[in-house]
Parts: sequence; structure tokens; C-alpha cells
Amino acid sequence: MDKKTALHDKHVNLGARMESFAGHIMPIKYTTVKEEHNAVRNGVGIFDLSHMGEFRVKGKDASRFLDYILTNDSDVEPGKAYYSTMCYPDGGIVDDLIVYRLSEDEYLIIVNASNIEKDWAWVNNHTAGYSIDLTNESDETALVAIQGPDAEKVAQKLTDENLKKMDYYTHTSGVFAGKKALIARTGYTGEDGFEIYIVSEDAEAVWDAVMEAGAKFDIKPVGLGARDTLRLEVGYLLYGNDMDHTTTPIEAKLGWVVKLKTDKDFIGREVMARQKQEKPARYIVGLEVLGKGFPRHGAELFEGDRKVGVVTSGSLAPALGHGVCLAFVEKGFHKTGTELEAEVRGKRIPVKTVKLPFYKDGSRK
Amino acid sequence: MSDIPEGFRYTDSHEWVKDLGNSEYMMGLTAYAQEQMGEIVMVEFPGMLDFNSGEILGSLEAVKTAEDFYAPFDCKVVRINEGLEDEPALINENPYDKGWLVVVKTDDPSGFNSLKSAEEYTEFIGE
Repeated sequence: MDKKTALHDKHVNLGARMESFAGHIMPIKYTTVKEEHNAVRNGVGIFDLSHMGEFRVKGKDASRFLDYILTNDSDVEPGKAYYSTMCYPDGGIVDDLIVYRLSEDEYLIIVNASNIEKDWAWVNNHTAGYSIDLTNESDETALVAIQGPDAEKVAQKLTDENLKKMDYYTHTSGVFAGKKALIARTGYTGEDGFEIYIVSEDAEAVWDAVMEAGAKFDIKPVGLGARDTLRLEVGYLLYGNDMDHTTTPIEAKLGWVVKLKTDKDFIGREVMARQKQEKPARYIVGLEVLGKGFPRHGAELFEGDRKVGVVTSGSLAPALGHGVCLAFVEKGFHKTGTELEAEVRGKRIPVKTVKLPFYKDGSRK
Repeated sequence: MSDIPEGFRYTDSHEWVKDLGNSEYMMGLTAYAQEQMGEIVMVEFPGMLDFNSGEILGSLEAVKTAEDFYAPFDCKVVRINEGLEDEPALINENPYDKGWLVVVKTDDPSGFNSLKSAEEYTEFIGE
């Protein structure tokens, strides 16, 4: 049985197309994916992301614990956020996630909705020897995101916190729309924006306040359809599509979130250190579609008769007007400018490897 | 229940065909088919060429899926709906009018006459 978020009735009343996603019944779109996508690129959009999972890690060993189970370094100042992968000993990815450091000994981790149960079991299996308290607050927490170049103007109307002074990937605990909230300047769209974490009981009030404050800026509710095209256009990976337990962060070009430069031990370190040195056999790349149409997840890539890779995500890029893909390709075919062909329903479509992001004009600070 | 207008003919692959006179026929995707596909984001036409019955006339890319559409009989494509280039979602919004796909020409009306009527198509899709 799919879970409903605290904002379920709002979506239904707005006429959203609701579908099952990662164990939740979620809004896919309210109008069209293209219109919602463009609202976030050019103005501002509001998202219900309450399906995401939230784990709180508290205690004197919180930092040391996170250093061991996550690949990125927990040594950031309180008030800052970081992106990380969490890996198996063989380097395969359990999940990718955002960590907010709330204080010296307290962190909040945001995990993918599809991985909540798996991640919860995984972190709990590694607590031996650490003095920490873990709580899974996923069901009690709602998340409303405000994303787009006008996001700051809308959000500032609803809080006394000075948002102008907040850098990207920072957060603060404060009052938002009259409710106690974690206000974070993070997102998954390539645009400036905020993610507001509140208790589920406050979700409707916060949603309504944001819609009202955003009316002047023609704010649009945005579903998971446009969330996917927005993230792909800026080359952000999606767990389950572009990476999973069979891929390592090094292959996924996420080496920048693997703390090999420190001497800290963490799960998967040995494999990743070796892979970094020897260079992986394949890499994730961005592909621009040179013809019409677009290959999707699972489409095979060829150079002549030789299969050299597979598409992991593919879509029309609404802001660019052509197809774009993320794909795994063999080493040697990953260099920018390599021309390949994707097989789509028996036809070959020409594609070319390009630098990420595809869309370069995002307002993200 | 989907809109299935009288006076059009229908194919098993969910295209509608309308007789324009002068041996010309307009084609599009049925309301039922566009509902199944969801939001269409791109349309591809091979061009103003001759096609045998059953050959691929073009492709439709939706957010989640892609489908080809087919020549309902031997014909030549004489017009394509260029408005779909900028606004492919017209197929979703107005499948029987502004969302038309192509106009084809044939001198043999027997292919058209053997397509399904509105009633037969309604039965075919089980509505």
C-alpha cells in the first residue's frame, strides 16, 4: 500500500496526475512537464518532496560514525551541508544523500525514498562501537522545496532569517511561515532554491503560505516529471537509474565526494583507492543527441558493430530542445567529442559525448 | 471514456483517418492512444515520401514511453503538421484537430474503406 504525503489532498485538488513512486503516491505533473520545467528555470516552482527519507544521527561519535559509513568527509562546520555516497565494501553504492550538520554532534541525513528501508537497515548494522542515537524521522517529516531564480524572493517573505547571507549548501533552523523549520539552501534542479523541512502537521500551512507568497512571481507546483528533466539537464545522477550497487562513485565521476585525500577509514575505501589509481574500465558521461528522438534508460551504445555502453537516463531537455542522456561507456570512449550511436527500437541515433552540465545557465549560486 | 468521433476511420494501431476529398486523408493519434502515452514531447517524421501499408510514418516520444505510427495503406505523405515541432503536446490537448500528424494521398480508396468505424474501434479498445 502506497503512503500518502501530508500534502496529498493539495495535489488532488490541483488536478495533479498521481502515480506510485518509491512506495508513495506522488504528483507526477499538474499541467505539463514542459511548463513546470520552464517555471523552475525562469521563475519559481514549489515541490512536495515529503517522500524523501530523513535520519537523525546524534551523539558524541556522530562525526566519526558518518566518516566510516559515508565516502565524503563529515568535517564541515555546523550550518553547512554536504553531498555524499554511502557504499558497500566492494565500492558499490548503497545510496546517495545529503547531510546537514546541525551542531557539533548532530546531523540530519536525507536519503532517497526508494532506499529508506535498505539504508535504515544498513546504518543500524554499523553502529557497534559508536556512541550515537539514530532516529528515522521519514514518516513524520515533510519537505517542501522552492526552486528557481525567484526562490529567494518568495522564501524571504516567509522568514526573518536573512536568506541573502545564506550560501548554497548551508542551512539554518528557524521559523518559516510561522512554523519551526530547517531551512536549507539546497536542491536538485540546477537553480537557486530552498528546501524546507517541517513536521508533517505543518506541511499544508507551509505549502499554502509559499503559494500565496509566490503568486506575484507566478509560482507553479512542480511534479516529479519535471524534477527528473530538471536534474538531468544539469547532469545530476539519479540513484536506481544512473548508479546503484553495481557502480562505484569513481565510475560515476563522484570521486570528489570520496575522501581519499584524508587518512580516514571508510567502507569501500580500499576498492575505491585501487580503482582511482588503476582507472575504472567505464565512466559515466553526458551524451547530446545529434538526431531527433532520444534514447532512454537501457538503450545500448555502439561504435560501428561494437557495443561500448548503455544509456542510464535519457530525455528531451526542455530548455535546450534536443535529447540528452547520461550513459556508462567503456574507457576510451568517454572523452568529450566521441561520436557514438544509440540503438532505439531497431534504429540508430547519433550521439556525442559532451561536458556536463548540458544546461549551463542555472541560477544556482 | 475516450472521445471517438463518428465519421472518422480507425486503425488497430490507434490512428484516426479522415477523408479530406481529392484522394487526400488526414491522420492523427486517437484520444485513447494519447491518454495511454501521456505527455508527448517530440514528434519525428521521416518526410514527404511514399510508404507501403504498415510502414513506420513517424515516431512519437512521450515523457515515459515512445511509439511509432504507421501508414494505414499504401500512400504518399503530402503534408506534415509542422506546428507539432514547437508544440507536440497539441496531440494530447486536441488529438482530432490541431494535433493531426500527417496528410497522405492515395488513388485507391479501398484501404481507407476497410478501416474500422467509430463503433468498431470503440469495441476494439473495449470501452
